Amino acid sequence: MSAPLSSPATRVDPAVDSDSVEETSGDTPWQAIVWNDPVNLMSYVTYVLQKVFHYPEPKATALMLDVHHKGKAAVSSGDKDKVEGDVAKLHAAGLWATMQRT
Amino acid sequence: MNGWKKAGRGARVKLVATLEEQESTVLRGLVGEVVQMLDGREASSPADELAELTGIRTGPSTRPDDRVLARLLPDFTMEDADLAAGLRSLHEPALIEAKRGAATTVLAGLPTGGGRIELSVEQADDWLAALNDVRLALGTALDVSEETPENFPEDDPRAPHLGVYHWLTFVQDSLVQARSQLL
Repeated sequence: MSAPLSSPATRVDPAVDSDSVEETSGDTPWQAIVWNDPVNLMSYVTYVLQKVFHYPEPKATALMLDVHHKGKAAVSSGDKDKVEGDVAKLHAAGLWATMQRT
Repeated sequence: MNGWKKAGRGARVKLVATLEEQESTVLRGLVGEVVQMLDGREASSPADELAELTGIRTGPSTRPDDRVLARLLPDFTMEDADLAAGLRSLHEPALIEAKRGAATTVLAGLPTGGGRIELSVEQADDWLAALNDVRLALGTALDVSEETPENFPEDDPRAPHLGVYHWLTFVQDSLVQARSQLL
């Protein structure tokens, strides 16, 4: 399969200590993370990323491969409300997703 | 079941498959099980007076003890337990509602005794989500991992269940392929 894209959305940052940024402003970027899972199909994860985020197929595939090979990938970012909504959609689709501060 | 095929075009496009009677029965049973689990979770946190008044439903703030339910209803975040509790309480009712809605589409569309199934694009998305939930439930119960073999030994009590799991994988993957062509 093709090499992953190197866009900011595919960057995986280490977790930030949440206590140190307790009262952050509303525009602090958050990320939605999708975690590798032995059940979810590669084809289905790619499809969900296309459907939920309207990503073109190559980008969705690259993110899926990051999840598969690296164990996780940041699939979207934005303010807290936006990322919270993204994670809710990913949960409805059955993906193992969480949110974290960038 | 030989997989899903696209039929028709434009606004009238359908995704079509034919299920054997036994396949239809198995799928109905599994989807029904998932709905029962979700109903049970919901019943464990009945709507309170405040929710009745405001119409704003809140769910439990703690992760389900049952590992299948815990996989179907994951935490929102790993880095902040208070935030995870708050977001679960806020979002879990709608998540259960979404999963039950998808399951209901499948249950309503399954032909008793088997037969042809025709799905709209929207119905196909419900089927994909419900099939995924059933695979998550069964996969978690079977401890499916990357190393899980194609078959368990015949005398392993899990063997027939793994067969069902692999069949569900085929049904879902085939539907993903057909649905992806319509994006």
